Amino acid sequence: MPSTFQPNPAVDCREVRKHFGDGDARIEVLRGVQFSAALGGMTFLVGPSGCGKTTLISVIAGLLDASGGEVHLFGENIAQLPEHQRITFRRKNLGFVFQQYNLLPALTAAENAAVPLLAAGVKRREAVDRARALLVKLGLEKRADALPNKLSGGQQQRVALARALVHEPRLIVCDEPTAALDHKTGEAVMELLAGAAVHPDRAVIVVTHDNRVFHFAETIAHMDDGQIVKVESGTGALAAVIEHATP
Amino acid sequence: MNFVALRMLTGDRAKYLGLVFAIAFSTFLLENQTSIFAGIMSRTGNQISDVTEAEVWVMDPQTVYFEETKALKDTDLNRVRGVPGVEWAVRLFKGGPVARTAAGKFSQCVVLGLDDATLVGVPRKMLMGAWSRLREPNSVIIDKAGYMLLFPGEPLEIGRTLELNDHLARIVGISDASAGFVSFPIIHARYSEAVNFQGRERSQMSFIVARQQSGLTPKQLCDRIAEQTGLRARTREEFRWDCIRYYLANTGIPVNFGITITIALIVGTVVAGQTFYLFTVENLKQFGALKAIGVTNWRLMGMILLQACTVGAIGFSLGTGMAAVFFEVTSKQIATRGLVLMWECAALTAACIFFVVIVASVLSIRRVLVLEPAAVFR
Repeated sequence: MPSTFQPNPAVDCREVRKHFGDGDARIEVLRGVQFSAALGGMTFLVGPSGCGKTTLISVIAGLLDASGGEVHLFGENIAQLPEHQRITFRRKNLGFVFQQYNLLPALTAAENAAVPLLAAGVKRREAVDRARALLVKLGLEKRADALPNKLSGGQQQRVALARALVHEPRLIVCDEPTAALDHKTGEAVMELLAGAAVHPDRAVIVVTHDNRVFHFAETIAHMDDGQIVKVESGTGALAAVIEHATP
Repeated sequence: MNFVALRMLTGDRAKYLGLVFAIAFSTFLLENQTSIFAGIMSRTGNQISDVTEAEVWVMDPQTVYFEETKALKDTDLNRVRGVPGVEWAVRLFKGGPVARTAAGKFSQCVVLGLDDATLVGVPRKMLMGAWSRLREPNSVIIDKAGYMLLFPGEPLEIGRTLELNDHLARIVGISDASAGFVSFPIIHARYSEAVNFQGRERSQMSFIVARQQSGLTPKQLCDRIAEQTGLRARTREEFRWDCIRYYLANTGIPVNFGITITIALIVGTVVAGQTFYLFTVENLKQFGALKAIGVTNWRLMGMILLQACTVGAIGFSLGTGMAAVFFEVTSKQIATRGLVLMWECAALTAACIFFVVIVASVLSIRRVLVLEPAAVFR
């Protein structure tokens, strides 16, 4: 069975199984997934709709419990952590970019980007200042005080990217980050993701259908019917890694 | 995260204002109706409360409340005076003759006949004239509302005359007597004259009002009087509550007000609860994202409770302000004088609104607690 196995990976899924329902209604969504994601690059998870990509990243992120197998994040078996520790682990180590952005409509761009810091107990002013600084890096300095409904799709996704990065997590999970964007904007967002998120101490997992952005991937894991069926290597993210690693 | 919760709440201006005004109007209705109800019920015992000197009211055992009395025998006064512990006891007459003015205006009125010697029960708060002038022959004191009813549009003036069942009486004072349950003029006169206004009967003494000697409580004296005379003796407060209970049990007033109050509570709960619930449901994606990011269920519950308590507090304050303005305006009207926003009603309403807010929160919290953070990926 193909595997994305790497030595000391950031994410290490071993024989991960997940089913929903019981009896006749039981649906096997993940059937013994072997998957890993390395630090310092972007691992793409691709496959047809319903193949289990979203379920797999939900399990990896600790948002769903696996029915079988083990998920290790940075050497920690998250299923063995008590619920409150798992939430703390997620808050500290994970960043999310969602397909529909899921920004809070009543908060400004800077406040939205500051939410993970606020959730961690950082004072509002400090959190917003840090988020604002990150938005500047992402080219949104003039839109930091705008509400989400005043931003374009690409700008909203950049705010979501800032929210995923602001607390400097070690793993970023992106769910179809370009699906709601046109090609040009999607390309720009992916460039920003590659430039800002990829870091030698960080892993990035991107779930996508969009084969126009595959060139950003260092590794592409193909999923079908609840399993990883093929793993390809890419070079797209390496440049960004080298850029970060070079003094 | 508190500011996030508050910004989420106020961000949707239409729903936020809808919530605040639903609670505000519910508060206004509840405070308004409960205060008016309590005020009207309180009026049934106002004539008792106004006799501040007397702590004990003695009456025929068949007399249940102030408005309807069975007359006592004249000898009962001496029997009561003979009970050990009675400092003083005097008679009080209550009648309902018809008063007519020279202009032909007439109205049934409440005449209170006070003991000739002591004038116990005389209104102490006079707007015009002096209560001591009640000792003059054919003199009466009338309350302001009664005066305005019988002399509409005319300035307050003493010296005018009234015809009370063919007996001429001169107004020597205008009092600020508390409003009664019915809007009849309240006229105070000496006992010997009041019984004539009503028309002579064999027994006419409605009540005996008394005070206990020091070292004795009104309740203890009531017990002694009841035991030794067989008459019904009640403390002032007990008798006031007897009247209130009578009207509660024997009129449709509680049902009428009860329906309005219940509807206000239900509408407030349903509208506020449903709006708040919808507000939460529409924000489920956002709550899911917060859960995924690592916000705990406890924190989310705190955020929802903060939102609910904020709209509750603002809505309650607005509603109470509206009720306060309403009563400030109406308490200056003759017909609605004495009806005020009672702190007890405001407190009861606050408890009801708190209940509404908690119900709305619990419904919303339940949806958020069962929400899987993974739903944010769907």
